[in-house]
Amino acid sequence: MAIDSYDNLNSLHMDVLQEIGNIGAGNSITALTSMISTKVDMTPPKVRLLSFAEAVESSGGAEKVGIGILLTLSGDISGMIMFIIEEDFAHKILNLLMGQNITEISDDDEMSKSALCEIGNIMGGSFINAIASMTGMTIEISTPSFARDMMGAILSVPAIVFGQIGDKVLFIEEEFNDEEESIKSKVALIPDVESLNKILVRLGIE
Amino acid sequence: MANTITVGISDLNVVKVPDQLITYALGSCVGICLYDKTVGLAGMAHIMLPSIVESGSKDNIYKFADSGIAELVKRMTAAGASKGRMVAKIAGGAQMFKLSSTSLISNIGERNVTSVKRVLAAQGIRIIAEDTGLNYGRTIIFNSVDGGLTVKAVGKAPKVI
Repeated sequence: MAIDSYDNLNSLHMDVLQEIGNIGAGNSITALTSMISTKVDMTPPKVRLLSFAEAVESSGGAEKVGIGILLTLSGDISGMIMFIIEEDFAHKILNLLMGQNITEISDDDEMSKSALCEIGNIMGGSFINAIASMTGMTIEISTPSFARDMMGAILSVPAIVFGQIGDKVLFIEEEFNDEEESIKSKVALIPDVESLNKILVRLGIE
Repeated sequence: MANTITVGISDLNVVKVPDQLITYALGSCVGICLYDKTVGLAGMAHIMLPSIVESGSKDNIYKFADSGIAELVKRMTAAGASKGRMVAKIAGGAQMFKLSSTSLISNIGERNVTSVKRVLAAQGIRIIAEDTGLNYGRTIIFNSVDGGLTVKAVGKAPKVI
């Protein structure tokens, strides 16, 4: 059965999306680990369909400052993928990557922004490659775009895209751990409904 | 004692003096504030998309500039405000991400602002202040006592418009 809205995904659909989330997150963490040459563990990602308000709450609240890196998808599917990372995590990655001691990313810090975009690009690429190889689809990814702002404002972008078709966001929550601490990051994966149907059909679920 | 009433995303509310309205983290969404000083009524809507007419999903009239503003005007009027006395202040409509493509969302903030202005003009309600566009999120607080709209953004001093 083809779905016409995110609201009528059933548990089988969710299982498939969970599996995509697992493989995609696994690929992206491998890419991240090789970039920063530090061992990073990851707990299995949680794949959830959240309302906009729940997604914001789960990211620390509307006014919590965080970082979003957005890539748009085209080719056999259309949609977008957004990485949402906490500032502390962003600083940590930058410091590991560039040997610096950044505690805040200022508006004019183009170097840090493009480094984070590049990380988003590589992680997004490995995430999307997982979907592409599972489905045999060709998926192209745009150049990444960066925002550091209130989580509510960042998440309004996927919410608006979803707003055309429903009120839910497909949210994949990853938790990274290194020796010292555990850091959460999120991936909002947003194929349009037609593309989601294509993915499900390709995977043999109709 | 004044209460602060939160307006969620795709939501609206109307308060009387001395209460105030707040909506958090407007990105590309637009906050529309209507004020009738004579009766001390303030209303706020938080819309996400330009038009219910163009949308496939019509479940929530508060989500769209056209249907949301019409409903806000109706609620203000029902509470005792007069459309002829109403003035508007608007904020939001930012472009949170720079995207190379001309996809749906690349200029959604701008399209939201354009739609809000068109709808308010059609209703005959004058916009007396705005803080729109650019590339950052805004939290807004609307005061029913003096009609002041406080705009807060990350790394910027709050301002009242």
